[in-house]
Amino acid sequence: MNSFNGFVVKEFKQIFRDKRTLVVLFGMPIIMLILFGFAIRNEVKNVKIGVLDLSKDAVTRELTQKLASSEAFEFSVYLSTYDEVEEVFKAGEIKEIIVFEPNFSEKLTLEGIANVQVITDATDPNLSNIVQSYTGAIIRDYIQELNYQGTTLQQGIQPTIKMMYNPELKSVNLFVPGLIAVILMLISALMTSISITREKEMGNMEILLVSPLKPIHIIIGKVLPYLVLSVINVITILILAHFIFEVPFRGSYILFFIEAIIFILTALALGVFISSVANNQQTAMMVSLAGLLLPTVLLSGFIFPVESMPYPLQMVSHIIPAKWFLIVVRSIMLKGSGIEILWMETLILFGIALFFMALSMKKFNVRLQ
Amino acid sequence: MSTIRFLLRKEFLQIFRNKSMLPILFVMPVIQLLILSFAATYELKEVSFTLVDMDRSIASQQLISRMQATGYFNLIEEYTSTEHAIQEMDKGSAKLIIIIPNNFSERLKTGDKSEIQLIIDAVDGSTAGLIQSYASSIIADFSRDIVTKTNIETASFERVSLKSINLIPVNWYNPQLDYITYMVPGILVVLVSMIGLFLSGMNIVREREIGTIEQLNVTPISKSQFMIGKLVPFWIIGMFDLLVGLALARFGFGIPFLGNLFTILIIAGIYMVLIQALGLFISTITDTQQQAMFIAWFIMVVFILMGGLFTPIESMPGWAQDLTLGNPIAYFIKIMRMVLLKGAGWKEVYVLVLILGSMAIGLLGISINRYQKTVK
Amino acid sequence: MYDFAIQTNELSRTFGDFTAVDRITFDVKQGEIFGFLGANGAGKTTAMKMLTGLLTPTSGEARVSGLDVFKEAEEIKQNIGYMSQKFSLYDDLTPEENIEFYGGVYGLKGQELNHKKEELIHSVGLEKFRKKLVRSLPLGWKQKLAFSISIIHNPKIVFLDEPTGGVDPVTRRQFWEKIYEVSNQGITVFVTTHYMDEAEYCDRVSIMVDGRIEALDSPDELKRTFNAKSIEEIFIQLARSAERGEE
Repeated sequence: MNSFNGFVVKEFKQIFRDKRTLVVLFGMPIIMLILFGFAIRNEVKNVKIGVLDLSKDAVTRELTQKLASSEAFEFSVYLSTYDEVEEVFKAGEIKEIIVFEPNFSEKLTLEGIANVQVITDATDPNLSNIVQSYTGAIIRDYIQELNYQGTTLQQGIQPTIKMMYNPELKSVNLFVPGLIAVILMLISALMTSISITREKEMGNMEILLVSPLKPIHIIIGKVLPYLVLSVINVITILILAHFIFEVPFRGSYILFFIEAIIFILTALALGVFISSVANNQQTAMMVSLAGLLLPTVLLSGFIFPVESMPYPLQMVSHIIPAKWFLIVVRSIMLKGSGIEILWMETLILFGIALFFMALSMKKFNVRLQ
Repeated sequence: MSTIRFLLRKEFLQIFRNKSMLPILFVMPVIQLLILSFAATYELKEVSFTLVDMDRSIASQQLISRMQATGYFNLIEEYTSTEHAIQEMDKGSAKLIIIIPNNFSERLKTGDKSEIQLIIDAVDGSTAGLIQSYASSIIADFSRDIVTKTNIETASFERVSLKSINLIPVNWYNPQLDYITYMVPGILVVLVSMIGLFLSGMNIVREREIGTIEQLNVTPISKSQFMIGKLVPFWIIGMFDLLVGLALARFGFGIPFLGNLFTILIIAGIYMVLIQALGLFISTITDTQQQAMFIAWFIMVVFILMGGLFTPIESMPGWAQDLTLGNPIAYFIKIMRMVLLKGAGWKEVYVLVLILGSMAIGLLGISINRYQKTVK
Repeated sequence: MYDFAIQTNELSRTFGDFTAVDRITFDVKQGEIFGFLGANGAGKTTAMKMLTGLLTPTSGEARVSGLDVFKEAEEIKQNIGYMSQKFSLYDDLTPEENIEFYGGVYGLKGQELNHKKEELIHSVGLEKFRKKLVRSLPLGWKQKLAFSISIIHNPKIVFLDEPTGGVDPVTRRQFWEKIYEVSNQGITVFVTTHYMDEAEYCDRVSIMVDGRIEALDSPDELKRTFNAKSIEEIFIQLARSAERGEE
């Protein structure tokens, strides 16, 4: 037991002496949280738009006014000819041009229908979609008012919207759980794999192996500091998320930490596995980054919804531990779900953890032979 | 000059001999480009929804059929109570619940306002917003149709003459609203940057850690020769990967290349130097590969997140947008999109390129300065 | 020309409060085999780094091959060879490739480089290993190869930092035979070592303790002065009074 304790103490000392890495280990989650909380938004605000008004009457002016006063848009310029559209789009600032056809209000009164062209710079299709939807909604509202002004008549279907779990549609509520997963993956898997590979590269691994320490001790010793660091990081993120960003936590803390520990174990096991197949730090790093971190960020539903992906990729996402962890964490934090609802995902996470732990133990032992 | 030749030869020998690195350098980026381009989309494919229909009329059934007919909405289950439906939403199967009150069709007939409730799972705010827009717009269309029909049937002529504005959507550069067209140039930039950043600087730190750098410091090799020897191989590999990626984009994904390919290549060349200079700089402030890698990763993550790849820069608050001015990835992604997708030329991008160029020269200068063959 | 390959005067190096090398003054004659001894932490490696242009001294003077270590560090590097403790060969290259690389770096090219390469491979006896990665070579071969590469450009002085660490006495003896060969060609050899018996092979030996040179003379003279039967005895005597232990 003594040699084990000594080993673990050495590991901790090594980590805490490496100031630069520490700064990144603790600073990165906080910076990422700040970025995700304050800067990374999916919300659409102040999109620059332009108007090509070929009619210039009361109605078009009112419509322009309505569009300009919307939070989503920032009115930038009046165009005079259709040719200017290309120039304006090429310059890259303006994302939408609204074109009112000539004799707009006349047509509306006499023929009952008038045309508006909504031209979007669709290089960003998501933005284009959203911007068109907003524009459509504003114009629809206007026509509704126009039709029913002066009457108390309210014909038609009126949908009332209730947004569940995240009524203000804050993107930070979506990202924070994902951020936790990414940070855990980063610290637990990446750092562990680098740390073990480093010993191999520096030649210290052999010394360890001839000591009274069994391989399992070595692994646990290597992995323990990162487990502790991960937990500290998770707590830090939760505290900051709660107090600065008011991200809700409606479920059980105990359940959350159990799930987090399972996920961390999976990540640690993956780190060990990678270290047993990589010969040097560079390889370990690139494999961790490319093979682990990138899929976690992109295929787990962290930023891009899994439901939006093509079916083959949705299948692939099933084997990414982070995907299940995200479902669990989002449910606990935002929906207040308990184990009755999450039992399946928990079981899957647990199964994946066991699988990778067994795999990495086996690989590590084989490598030693 | 021939010293550099020897340096390059050694570097290339080492790179190609490192069997585990080769797939990472050449195969990984391609695979990632493929996977990520398909994954990175916010498109609404199919929204699963549940229904609580307390009216059970022809009108309510027509509305639901209309929703399903668009292909965006898929009814998975019907419940008899709202509470039950919400419970199921907690479990996560449906993103939308439509609740139709029992006086729905009645009120439509009498020409009064008829309410329905949409309950949306808003964990993902952006998707929720889209669901709201789509659903509202379908309902609005349906509403207009049914109101007009009702008015004709009840011969309320004054109500028939409703005005409407016809919205004609026109999508430039990307008429199919294809997300891949948008994402691929950006993802390519990120992948190529990763190679440039991690591998060049990392290499120098590695030599330092292992000790071979001492042997080099004691030779007459000059600082610049040494650094060029380290940068050039990975510059070449990075550019090669970029070319492969561009070919894949053009012929595999079918992304239009409106702009001039040479323009892109020249700018890419400058950009790669900048990224490597950054890696170089990191190598001068770290002692171990672990540190270097971590700092590089940290910087890369921040740059990527703020670079406009996943979320638009326009959506960021003012101070964040200002920070983007120092973010090389943001610049290059913007340039790529402008040139490739919109056909912009030197006139539109030269300012951005100048900024990239000066950043590169600046970083190179600082790094060369910091690197010491003789420790003071 | 100059008679001394290396000349130092009150050469010092401090790191903050710590004085690693404390005003050492000594000369090394051309063509000498000069042994630089000292316990770990005595300052040997620091002193050597200053002489090879890897570290700038804090004070004092030194000239290597007539060149000033402060102002002409880069020029010094053209004229010296160096073999470090870690041997600094590229593990993932073959002996051939290592020779070609370092030869090229020192300005050898074309025919001359080729010629030198063949010569070197034969003299070390690496014909069978020429296309194998250095990683797979036994330690003794690596040492010989590293040494040969360090003098590939015929430098006037070669610095060897613990070149024989970790090999058996026979291999060490063979290595020293190479050193004699090289010295007979007129190259000055400046070597640090832990092995006291190797000290006997040198023309002159200095012993560093706590950053200062406490003894400097030929092995025979030293034994007479300290009334000792071996350099080892002298070393232990001096080392006992040292304040600095193992680093």
